[in-house]
Amino acid sequence: MAHHQFSCPITEAQARALRLEDTVTLNGALYGIRDATLIHLFDRGRKTRFELRGHAVIHTAPNVRRVAASPASPAGYEPVCIGTTTSDRMERFTRPLMEQNGVRLVIGKGGLRESSAAAFRELGGAYLAITGGAAALQTTWVEAIEEVDLDDLNPESLWKFRVRGFGPLVVAMDSRGGSLYAQVQQDSRGRRAAALASLGVKSH
Amino acid sequence: MKVDLQQVEEVARELYIRALKLLPPDVKQGLDRLAAGETDPGARRTLGTMVRNIQLAEDTANLLCQDTGIPIYNVRIGRGVEVDGWGLKEAIRRGCARSTREHPFRSSVVHPTTRANGQDSTGRGVPVIHIDFSDRPEALEIEMVPKGSGSENNSWLKMAIPAEGVDAIKTFVVDCVLEAGGKTCPPTIVGVGVGGTSDLCLHLAKSAATRALGTRCEDPEGAKLEAALTRAVNLLGVGPQGLGGDSTAFAVHVETAATHITMNPVAVNMQCHSARRARATFGSTGVEYGY
Repeated sequence: MAHHQFSCPITEAQARALRLEDTVTLNGALYGIRDATLIHLFDRGRKTRFELRGHAVIHTAPNVRRVAASPASPAGYEPVCIGTTTSDRMERFTRPLMEQNGVRLVIGKGGLRESSAAAFRELGGAYLAITGGAAALQTTWVEAIEEVDLDDLNPESLWKFRVRGFGPLVVAMDSRGGSLYAQVQQDSRGRRAAALASLGVKSH
Repeated sequence: MKVDLQQVEEVARELYIRALKLLPPDVKQGLDRLAAGETDPGARRTLGTMVRNIQLAEDTANLLCQDTGIPIYNVRIGRGVEVDGWGLKEAIRRGCARSTREHPFRSSVVHPTTRANGQDSTGRGVPVIHIDFSDRPEALEIEMVPKGSGSENNSWLKMAIPAEGVDAIKTFVVDCVLEAGGKTCPPTIVGVGVGGTSDLCLHLAKSAATRALGTRCEDPEGAKLEAALTRAVNLLGVGPQGLGGDSTAFAVHVETAATHITMNPVAVNMQCHSARRARATFGSTGVEYGY
């Protein structure tokens, strides 16, 4: 298990070097996206001015405070509480994010499914697990909100954060098709009969 | 006792913020208990991060989780309490909106089809307000639950039939926990409703999921199910965040209601590890805050 320090953008080779259970810490740019952002980008044909090639995105919709724009808050927003949402709802957007926008890393909680695993394998990317619900902690890793796009979708805008020491995040899906979630799921389904037996229920 | 509606508005505002920032002691103890018994090193680290986050939220007066949830207010009106019911609901709604704008924090509430966000955590039928009565004299209680969507999106109802018996209930709960995997932000409180009508069954599941850890179902049959199901779901190995481990659920909570001779309904609603709730009690000596 290796530890990686990344300042995005990263290369395909860097993404492909990640192995399950490796850890990653990010510094610099990180983009925040979620349901509405992705629906508008890929179902409604909207475009972003941000260049996401080689970058990491996090499934989030932050709590922010509007402030006067300044060098510390260039976008006119100050972070209040920035955490992570359940990734599963964004499953079908992993491939277009990678194919059309060149995203390399997806950060989220709860994991993604087979079509995302295939996209990571074919296009060279990885899913990094963060601890869901630990937003007060993760907020301390965000230095500033640098820019915002598609802000009519607020709080589901496309956010550009500047982060420092963002991690450690765990590589939970890698470019070899591996997925810790799939492993645990297979294992837990294998334990179903024993759990039911403990309840006096015969499984079928 | 006469209830001052301006005070209700202030309390409704304060309760939302308190619930988002301070985790109840029973949930903190629940995390400590799971961490002490966890055998998987990765799972222990994840539980440790959750504990650290709770402390940091308190130290920095920040929100525990970014998900401000759907606001739910549960009101219990005791005996001898005089209150304008309609005015009470309006006051709660105003307090809820003010907390969102004045703190400020994220409004997570949108219209279901246009997806328009009014940016104050309110909308048609939201905040959810449940009003019930208690036999406590001269006391009005308001409980606030910000219900996060990761867990709420994993809600199920099965209208099983009598011939399927209690086995159908047990199997359904186990299968829901498997289906939820890491999506509900485990370790969770698994709320199970047994009996009633379809809507009552789901409501029971929600009440069970948001009940304090360490409390038991008042129906002894429900309490028996709680103990057995808690052991069973923790044999599955889903673990914190769905990444494996012993700590899948703090507990399975069950609430029961009588049902029809032809029916055997079971519902599951989950609460994530950030099992937030706050409570205020209005009495003759003022307002007291708790969990």
